[in-house]
Amino acid sequence: MKTSLSHSKVKAGDELPGLDIPLTRTLIVATAIATRDYQEVHHDPGLAVERGSKDIIMNILTTNSFVGRYITDWAGPDALIRSVKVRLGAPNYPGDTMKMTGSVTAMEGKVATIAIRGANSLGDHVNATVEVELS
Amino acid sequence: MAITREGMTVSQTQQETDADKKAFYEQLQGFVGLQIGPPQPAPDEVNIPMIRHLVEAVGDENPIYLDEAAAKASRHGEVVAPPTMLQAWVMHGITPRSNEGDGPYEQMNRLLFSKGFTSVVATNCEQVYDRYVKPGDRLSMTTTIDSISEEKTTGLGTGHFVTTRQDYWDADGNRVGSMLFRIIRFRPAAKSKPKPPRPAPATTHDNSWWFDALKDGTLLIQRCKGCGELRNPPHPMCASCRSMEWDSIEAKGTGSIHSYVVTHYPVVPSFDYPLPILLVDLDEGVRMVMNPIDATPEDLQIGRKVTIEVHKCDPDLSLPFARLAK
Ligand SMILES: [Zn+2]
Repeated sequence: MKTSLSHSKVKAGDELPGLDIPLTRTLIVATAIATRDYQEVHHDPGLAVERGSKDIIMNILTTNSFVGRYITDWAGPDALIRSVKVRLGAPNYPGDTMKMTGSVTAMEGKVATIAIRGANSLGDHVNATVEVELS
Repeated sequence: MAITREGMTVSQTQQETDADKKAFYEQLQGFVGLQIGPPQPAPDEVNIPMIRHLVEAVGDENPIYLDEAAAKASRHGEVVAPPTMLQAWVMHGITPRSNEGDGPYEQMNRLLFSKGFTSVVATNCEQVYDRYVKPGDRLSMTTTIDSISEEKTTGLGTGHFVTTRQDYWDADGNRVGSMLFRIIRFRPAAKSKPKPPRPAPATTHDNSWWFDALKDGTLLIQRCKGCGELRNPPHPMCASCRSMEWDSIEAKGTGSIHSYVVTHYPVVPSFDYPLPILLVDLDEGVRMVMNPIDATPEDLQIGRKVTIEVHKCDPDLSLPFARLAK
């Protein structure tokens, strides 16, 4: 079983391992539906274009889910996420890759503050700040 | 009547004064703190199948979401849902939500639409978790309008940031998490380029006097000198007594909507669409065609009282516009 990262091993300035998310059409549609988000811009390319988008785009709930995954991939099952604050930027279109990077910006007791960036070929899709209590 | 306000917003893309913006901002602030609708119940309790669909799609291998033994061994002690999935439990689903209500959110949107802030992009989402939810939890959500910014110009265009606050509750009435969700309602930057001027009316010897008076801010009604009948639009001969002698009176500037159309097509680049066009019964007894000002098509109603204001459209053209009475 996956072990959890102890707070004693983490300090401000630590980098989290990078994570590349290939943005397939299947991923964008499957995650939109799995979050019960049926807005056409997340699954219907024709209507997305009609509404002024280049193609379908990842929905926000999924962006949040990837931020959550990115944290617990690193911190393990004992991590307790306290808050996730995201600022949204360039859309995640199919065919692109979102490259996630992150670093610890503060440690207070067991609580780490992590700054996360998810960038695609157009720029930053998401900038997130996460507070997570480590084991 | 006959107030000409120089540089007043006729087309929504012309410059507004700082005072207009301040008044509009203050109007928007009236919505802050209002709850939007009743609590929204989650259609289903927190459940494993929905968790599975999402964590599989996202490739999240954290075992606490699906593996009972692993969850038990963790600090969570039992299977829990991904905290970032909070919103998903209360999502509305495939049936489109009606935009036709008359709650505070719809009213706020209509006000924003009336100023041309019709586009929307989400900019921020901030979730704070009081506890992780777990299968069996029955959630509901309440939403309030948290804040509305002053007018801001971003790369997207000019608009107002609107932040709503969602609180998520369990069946015992304890909060499990909350979210601030910020969007910007804006006029797209590309469309903020100056519009071409309004097509000029065809003026002739018989009607140019009427347009000239409008340029001075005065709305006139033609009057037959033979029988005294008022008529509009201006023309040379009285239809009742055939007199070609006429003068004019100044309109009081009050009336009501006789009828209206809302044009969507064809689009003339000088105008914003949908474009309402009114036929107004002036209280003096003549009818005039004009556009409404600061009104959306939903606000229009046959019989609704209007006051008429003369506004400058461009240096060579001023026209009457109908403002809906309160
Ligand atoms: Zn006459």
